[in-house]
Amino acid sequence: MDAPRANLPPLSLHVPEPKFRPGDEADFSDVDVPPAGSARRPDSAAPADSFHELAYTLIRVLDDSGQAVGPWNPRLDPEALRKMLRSMAMVRAFDERMFRAQRQGKTSFYMKSTGEEAVSVAATMALAADDMCFPSYRQQGILITRGYPLVTMMNQIYSNKGDPLQGRQLPIMYSAKDHGFFSISGNLATQYPQAVGWAMASAAKGDTRIAATWCGEGSTAEGDFHSAMTFATVYKAPVILNVVNNQWAISSFSGFAGAEATTFAARAVGYGIAGLRVDGNDALAVYAATQWAAERARTNQGPTLIEHFTYRAEGHSTSDDASAYRSAGEPNAWPLGDPVRRLKEHLIALGEWDEERHAAQDLELAEEVKRAQKEAEKNGVLGHGMHQPFETMFEGVFEEMPWHLKEQSEQMIAERKAAGI
Amino acid sequence: MNMIQAINSAMDVMMARDPDVVVMGEDVGYFGGVFRATAGLQTKYGKTRVFDTPITEIGIIGVAIGMGAYGLRPVPEIQFADYIYPALDQLVSEAARLRYRSAADFTAPITVRSPFGGGIFGGQTHSQSPEGIFTHVSGIKTVIPSNPYDAKGLLISAIEDNDPTLFFEPKRIYNGPFDGHYDRPSKNWSNHPLGEVPEGYYKIPLGKAATVRAGEAVTILCYGTMVHVVANTIEEMQVDAEIIDLRTLVPLDIKAIEQSVKKTGRCLIVHEATRTGGFGAELSALVQERCFYHLEAPIERVTGFDTPYPHSLEWAYFPGPVRIGEALKKLLKD
Ligand SMILES: Cc1ncc(C[n+]2csc(CCOP(=O)(O)OP(=O)(O)O)c2C)c(N)n1
Repeated sequence: MDAPRANLPPLSLHVPEPKFRPGDEADFSDVDVPPAGSARRPDSAAPADSFHELAYTLIRVLDDSGQAVGPWNPRLDPEALRKMLRSMAMVRAFDERMFRAQRQGKTSFYMKSTGEEAVSVAATMALAADDMCFPSYRQQGILITRGYPLVTMMNQIYSNKGDPLQGRQLPIMYSAKDHGFFSISGNLATQYPQAVGWAMASAAKGDTRIAATWCGEGSTAEGDFHSAMTFATVYKAPVILNVVNNQWAISSFSGFAGAEATTFAARAVGYGIAGLRVDGNDALAVYAATQWAAERARTNQGPTLIEHFTYRAEGHSTSDDASAYRSAGEPNAWPLGDPVRRLKEHLIALGEWDEERHAAQDLELAEEVKRAQKEAEKNGVLGHGMHQPFETMFEGVFEEMPWHLKEQSEQMIAERKAAGI
Repeated sequence: MNMIQAINSAMDVMMARDPDVVVMGEDVGYFGGVFRATAGLQTKYGKTRVFDTPITEIGIIGVAIGMGAYGLRPVPEIQFADYIYPALDQLVSEAARLRYRSAADFTAPITVRSPFGGGIFGGQTHSQSPEGIFTHVSGIKTVIPSNPYDAKGLLISAIEDNDPTLFFEPKRIYNGPFDGHYDRPSKNWSNHPLGEVPEGYYKIPLGKAATVRAGEAVTILCYGTMVHVVANTIEEMQVDAEIIDLRTLVPLDIKAIEQSVKKTGRCLIVHEATRTGGFGAELSALVQERCFYHLEAPIERVTGFDTPYPHSLEWAYFPGPVRIGEALKKLLKD
């Protein structure tokens, strides 16, 4: 390398670094948390460039005393609030149980969504039942909110003979078209442009349904994210683009996706898309923002990007050891609290719920999940023989099986027979 | 050392020798990679030489090419080979042709490391073997080690090499050799002669195959995890096979292949990647072109099936001793 010119100051490379690492005490006092109710609520038909500040603040509804305040309060009736709370608690109970099932060797893999339950549950409640969701792997709350059978979810996780995906997919990579749930890919952010395409098709056909998609903040770095934004703005696609900013992408903090420089909601600004940044641990804020964005999409005002500011309270997956890269105190120090607890406190403040009912519900949900697990395990668990017949491996690659796959299938069966297995 | 430690050691040795070597990729910095292959390197060499990247494979490779153009020697990691596809354009259209299109004005001296292959219940997005796609592209070298000793020596050669190199790491044997029987654990590298890895610098040249076992009855061409599955199968079957571990697919050690097949007169090709258009097809054509008059039986291929890797049936998909055994029986029939 040539020597740098001596009279110029040397350049230096900036590499982001999270504020805390293992052993450090977590302190989030510098996270800007504006008071609940302080963000204005523009008309859902307002031009995208007339509320840029909403991409930089935090839309919050629930305040510290559990009251719902301000213009974004969706004023849900207690019945809806209780359903929301129940679904969120169910997601948590389900995650708990399936995480343990993986630890017991009943399946290969699991991913929890602990701390992020509001993001998927509240958003789903604000969508119509036939709107199409293009989720990533951490939105099991969509299926649970839409009443998808728990036993079927577990069959998929166990890759057993009751698995509707025939044991082909990794656990939690569900697909359920009749529940408006697009097949999950392991490849990050690929669902983003696909959601935009679905929304464009719906618009082109004069349909009334809209699309919604989710990805993590880490995944916003992928090219697919940016292609999706371009298509969405160009064609004013009726789509809601959700970024779940849970602060961590495996061991990489949000700074490696650009969080030191701006917010993720602000990605919308450059594309001329409506951008909202919401408190992702506030189920009512998530609901309100989604409802607003859905109204916008349904009235041909185009796409909305919503950043859900939240925190991944547990490890990335069952393969992950979060204590190897982040402060053990972080989950508790997180300034936006726990979404289930916050919604519970709101219902209690309304006089529509109490701790006893909550505890009873938790027990009931745990029982329900346990019963479903027993039912699912009757169909087998991973690696215990009760899987799909071997030939199914060759089905579904194409609509009709070409000669070479037929030949390979026959050869496999013959070889297994010859070997006596 | 196990293979992960050997790979780590190769990067360590090269970073110490050459200040231009930089390591980059998703989670490779503080955490040391999801498979721990880069563990400790950031502490030792600092954040500007070992750093986490945004999650964008096309960005990782494009940026590595730019760093290479400046004069650095980037060693980017793609977390799983299944995620190399988003980077395809930068690898195929850019890295592979930079030297050619600029008459060597610019080159891309990058070494892309990536764990590949199945056998860990990774499902279809954590199991693929994409090497065939890249061997089809002119201008990229493709290296696949089968043991810790080779892994370190080959990785050092790849990092020193001035051409873009893909270094696919068979993750099934990161921790030890594997005999292909899914219900048995893999063995420990520490009991294996090729698990004895020197701490310091040494090289294994790219483009040279290894004869893992000399034999007279049949030549078996394989690489990566399959070397161990093949070795185990012929031991179980008591076949006097010659096993050739290709080690690099491009450039290929055609001499070693030719010599061996001409000697044994029979050839079996084993790889985990899907069959149609796979690297086995190329090997088969080469053997046919160069050894036709020496062949005593049709060339056989044992490969992955032409389906995605199925999560629950992965052991039926994996080319194990049963499938290799059946092919050998056919080859040695008369
Ligand atoms: C294309 C691609 N690259 C890399 C990976 C490996 N990977 C799986 S999850 C993950 C982190 C994703 O983080 P984020 O988008 O923030 O979502 P979160 O897990 O936090 O919900 C990575 C790097 C992948 N699945 N796909």
